[in-house]
Amino acid sequence: MTTTQTRPRLVQLDDYSPIIGAPEVAELRALAASLQGPSIQMVNSTAVGGGVAEILTRLVPILQELELPIRWDVITGGNDFFEITKALHNALHGGSYQLPPESFGTFLATNEQNLARLQLDGEFTVIHDPQPVALIQGRNQHLGHWIWRCHIDLSRPNPAVWQFLEPWVRKYDAAIYSSPDFAQKLPIPQYLFSPCIDPLSEKSRELDPEVVQGVLDHYGIDAGRHILTQVSRFDRLKDPVGVIRAYRIVKRYFDCQLVLAGGKADDDPEGEAVLSEVNEAAKGDPDIHILNLPPWSPVEINALQTASTLIIQKSLREGFGLTVAEALWKKKPVVASAVGGIPMQVIHKHTGLLAHSVEGTAYQIRFLLSNPALAAKLGQQGHQHVREHFLITTNAKRYLTLFLHLRSGG
Amino acid sequence: MQEAERPFQFLTASYLIRILDLKATTLAELAKGLEGSSDASIFYHTFQSLSRHHFLTEGFSNDFAQWVLAACNRAELAEQLAGLDIREYTALAELRADLRRIVNDYCERHPAFATQQAFEAFSFCEALGVTTPLGIEARTLGEFRAGVERLSHASLHYHFIASRLRLHLQTNDFSNWLENSLGLPGLASRINRIDIYTNTLDGASALIANLIKEELGQ
Repeated sequence: MTTTQTRPRLVQLDDYSPIIGAPEVAELRALAASLQGPSIQMVNSTAVGGGVAEILTRLVPILQELELPIRWDVITGGNDFFEITKALHNALHGGSYQLPPESFGTFLATNEQNLARLQLDGEFTVIHDPQPVALIQGRNQHLGHWIWRCHIDLSRPNPAVWQFLEPWVRKYDAAIYSSPDFAQKLPIPQYLFSPCIDPLSEKSRELDPEVVQGVLDHYGIDAGRHILTQVSRFDRLKDPVGVIRAYRIVKRYFDCQLVLAGGKADDDPEGEAVLSEVNEAAKGDPDIHILNLPPWSPVEINALQTASTLIIQKSLREGFGLTVAEALWKKKPVVASAVGGIPMQVIHKHTGLLAHSVEGTAYQIRFLLSNPALAAKLGQQGHQHVREHFLITTNAKRYLTLFLHLRSGG
Repeated sequence: MQEAERPFQFLTASYLIRILDLKATTLAELAKGLEGSSDASIFYHTFQSLSRHHFLTEGFSNDFAQWVLAACNRAELAEQLAGLDIREYTALAELRADLRRIVNDYCERHPAFATQQAFEAFSFCEALGVTTPLGIEARTLGEFRAGVERLSHASLHYHFIASRLRLHLQTNDFSNWLENSLGLPGLASRINRIDIYTNTLDGASALIANLIKEELGQ
């Protein structure tokens, strides 16, 4: 069954004024007024878990408050569909595609079922990621602008899988990526949008110290010793086992603890297996805390990031890596892999340090633990960088600009 | 207080970033890209870049210089590219010509470096602007100061930095209006001298407001 998400307006647009400045909020209102209320529709594959759902959870109410009629729809499908989309996701990240050719038929059939159920009649329809990409076949019945927002790393897609998806993508009016490296040879315009965080969300707002301490106590983490943390769902592309290897190198030099905090998204059937691998790799070390959090654990994640000495994001492939922006917003020093959209957030030596291997990650962590003043400066500049580029209000502005541009015939 | 016949209309420019099918993995390819990319691309990587990174007042000038330093490890060329002051340019063609000249000269002097692979590719993008009125206008210096204090970063960049490409003059929208509509050439000149490389946009805005305050005798 198709589900239409309606979200309560917990936060008002003016609440962002102390963070980004009243002029920036006024500018959003001016841009929205120029648009004069087009209907907007967002479509993705999960309401909870993962970065896309998190962004839409906040973006939709903001655009509503700007008096733009907007709807958020989530496609549905069986386990077979989501196993296929997970395989497609991994293959688009550069892996092999092991499923039989008939799987493409299942994928398209599920898209057709959703097309029959969804009412896609917005002036601007934004389809997120590959799962619902074939909904574009319904555009003949629905006039308006269709935009494909791809949140995943397409820099080295599996050729067979991209060959399957590309005919659908080229039917759109525009494609949006999180990094210039993800753009493809396509006849349509391709734009750059950075994903974003909401500074007022439970995951990013400032917490009382008692709340932070309470979470540490709950999980048995010692606030008096260095805490190295990676927050990400249990996925091989996030390389949690590689993080444990880097931690073991650092541990030779510094007394520290490692926190691997994550969960499993609705559309990720592999999470359980990866979690078992991580538990096996961590066996026997009481200073490694593997936290399999429920899908919606914003306060716990916020507290863990806030309490951390340093944040790691050692992804092998990455769409964007919102957890990096979350850490930078909390003024934390970050050591991260130079993949996907991460280098856009971590400007090496300005807003954090980049690494390319387990050994490199360990070295950069040791360097920052040895130089706390530099670590603090990187964290401070990282906070500014996020404020300028990676907040939900900036994302709203980019969508407004895109809609204005498309309406003017761009 | 003197009142201008032509009010100052505060606008803002919001930019969509389009990814171009043009990359450079060597300095030679950068030179070629500088020749073939659009004016909107040159604007994005120079004028717009300064705005995007205004909070980094140490060691950041434009995207080309940053890439040459971080991805090609060529400090001398990076310094030369960073040394270009966008305020001296009233046309993107002139800026493009200087960027090309600097990179081509370097490649001729160091042919081995010209074809050396960078750590990561440079992706050419372009900025497509949408201009929107903010609903604020000023006829007096007092109203003008109040308007400046209500400007977003994008609006300040549009009027104070990118404006010289529209005006084709070595000045900005603010100074142009103060001189020609309010007859205040001294204040116009002092505002035009504010260094946008060593100040953040917030810092530049505060300096403009203070200069106006002094002019008003407050």
